[in-house]
Amino acid sequence: MTDQAYNFAYLDEQTKRMIRRAILKGIAVPGYQVPFASREMPMPYGWGTGGVQVTAACLVPEDRLKVIDQGADDTTNAVSIRRFFQRTAGVATTEATAEATVIQTRHRIPETPLKAGQILVYQVPIPEPLRFLEPRETETRKMHELEEYGLMHVKLYEDIARHGQIATSYAYPVKVEGRYVMDPSPIPKFDNPKLGNSPAIQLFGAGREQRIYALPPFTEVVSLDFDDHPFTASKAPHDCDLCGATDSYLDEVITDDTGGRMFVCSDTDFCAGRRAKGHRGRLSGEGVAPSPHPSPTRREGCARHESVAQGAGTEGAA
Amino acid sequence: MTLMERMTMTDQPLLRVEGLTKRYGQRIGCADVSFDLYPGEVLGIVGESGSGKSTLLSCLAGHQRPDLGRIAYDGRDVLEMSETERRRLSRTDWAYVHQNPRDGLRMGVSAGGNVGERLMAVGARHYGEIRGKAADWLGRVEIAADRIDDRPSAFSGGMQQRLQIARNLVTGPRLVFMDEPTGGLDVSVQARLLDLLRGLVRDLGLSVIIVTHDLAVVRLLAHRLMVMKSGRVVEQGLTDQVLDDPQHAYTQLLVSSVLQV
Ligand SMILES: Nc1ncnc2c1ncn2[C@@H]1O[C@H](COP(=O)(O)OP(=O)(O)OP(=O)(O)O)[C@@H](O)[C@H]1O
Ligand SMILES: [Mg+2]
Ligand SMILES: [Zn+2]
Repeated sequence: MTDQAYNFAYLDEQTKRMIRRAILKGIAVPGYQVPFASREMPMPYGWGTGGVQVTAACLVPEDRLKVIDQGADDTTNAVSIRRFFQRTAGVATTEATAEATVIQTRHRIPETPLKAGQILVYQVPIPEPLRFLEPRETETRKMHELEEYGLMHVKLYEDIARHGQIATSYAYPVKVEGRYVMDPSPIPKFDNPKLGNSPAIQLFGAGREQRIYALPPFTEVVSLDFDDHPFTASKAPHDCDLCGATDSYLDEVITDDTGGRMFVCSDTDFCAGRRAKGHRGRLSGEGVAPSPHPSPTRREGCARHESVAQGAGTEGAA
Repeated sequence: MTLMERMTMTDQPLLRVEGLTKRYGQRIGCADVSFDLYPGEVLGIVGESGSGKSTLLSCLAGHQRPDLGRIAYDGRDVLEMSETERRRLSRTDWAYVHQNPRDGLRMGVSAGGNVGERLMAVGARHYGEIRGKAADWLGRVEIAADRIDDRPSAFSGGMQQRLQIARNLVTGPRLVFMDEPTGGLDVSVQARLLDLLRGLVRDLGLSVIIVTHDLAVVRLLAHRLMVMKSGRVVEQGLTDQVLDDPQHAYTQLLVSSVLQV
């Protein structure tokens, strides 16, 4: 049911070829930010136009696309991007991580381990990890070129000096293959260990900033830290109240206006899959049908709300 | 140790400059400057506004590329080095103290982070040790230990300048460039800073090139003096000799105008 007014996946072939060249260059130089000529997309920048363009350049008719926003398939952002590609590319879609061939994501890496053949496309607001302390683009480029990354540790130093620990809990900087320092987009640092050594291809697209970067399969990715303040992939000290998972990243959800709250997997597909297999959490008691995800109370477009659940506050660069 | 003893300790100059020339279009920045700087030596550069002092210093420190001439640091040709090498040198062996501390500090970063940056830039990865060294250096420039987490914007001008000095010296550089480090400060604050600088230079055995228009600064700190006019060096020699018995007419004018003040 492709809308005939558009080329396959909306972008013309010329543009897709240009983006593919940038992607290939990114894959050849893991973690390096490749400039590309970002196109106008029929959606606002905050909606991940960089990710959408990368996805458009990767899609083939046989693909099965999954789109998630903070782990959920059903937020407005995820739904409209999924619909966009259903209309413009006519590709199949899915909510199941294991069945998807291309996954576009904002702020999360799925809990279900990725496989060879899958492509994970991240929406990136600010690709430059050095930006917060060095606003000059000419200077940050030079720093990457000459591997002058002391400044990254200055940020972590400031974190510890101010909060007693590294409080950065989103967009936590990593070093790729011992060479480029990279911003993994505002995923929680809980997800950082999944960046490295993955069998899948990971692509990062920043639309407004016109940058693409990539992690080819089985790339070494190390989260920056200090010897005496090592990196930890922390999460809320709870189990999922719906499926009982002990090792998944959790959202804190307000359940009523009297202060009731629960912790649920942020990865809706993962949580639903566990419940379908009979796993139960604290609030999905005997005989009660597993309730649907209480998504209306999740706030969208704001990574900070989870910081309560995840312990430390964040200076997140989103 | 007298200067002669210091200079004869080693026959290798730390910095050797030959025929350095920098033009801005038709205008001369500095022209045909040559000198040697020995380890532990402090060289003062004086001259009126526009005489080329800052131009010379920035060429020496690698911030600008001269049009002609040679610079050898510790026997290595600086202008032939790759940029990576030169920038590495300026983070380890060299230091540059700007006249305006805002140009040499990160105003959005705490005092401790400012001092620690160079350590982290050369690979320090132990927070406790970095902080310990930063605290030690704040003490050495007479900044109270409890200001370590404050940002420089909360500091007075004199404190900012002392912080800039600590930030520069923490990695134990051998050669320090200073462009009017006491400019823009109150007279009493200047005196304290000069005192501090003199102590540090002596204790650490630093080699220093210091640009100033203040002959009092030169008399207090510099072993040797270079007088510039219209981009050229018109006289150089031991500081006391140049100041007490100036040979060049321009130097005579410079010295006498100060004495009249
Ligand atoms: N970026 C520039 N572009 C063009 N001309 C310049 C530039 N910088 C300096 N000059 C010129 O070069 C000459 C030397 O200037 P320089 O700043 O080195 O002098 P200075 O001795 O440091 O003076 P001051 O005591 O005022 O700081 C002057 O004629 C100046 O106008
Ligand atoms: Mg000057
Ligand atoms: Zn769950």
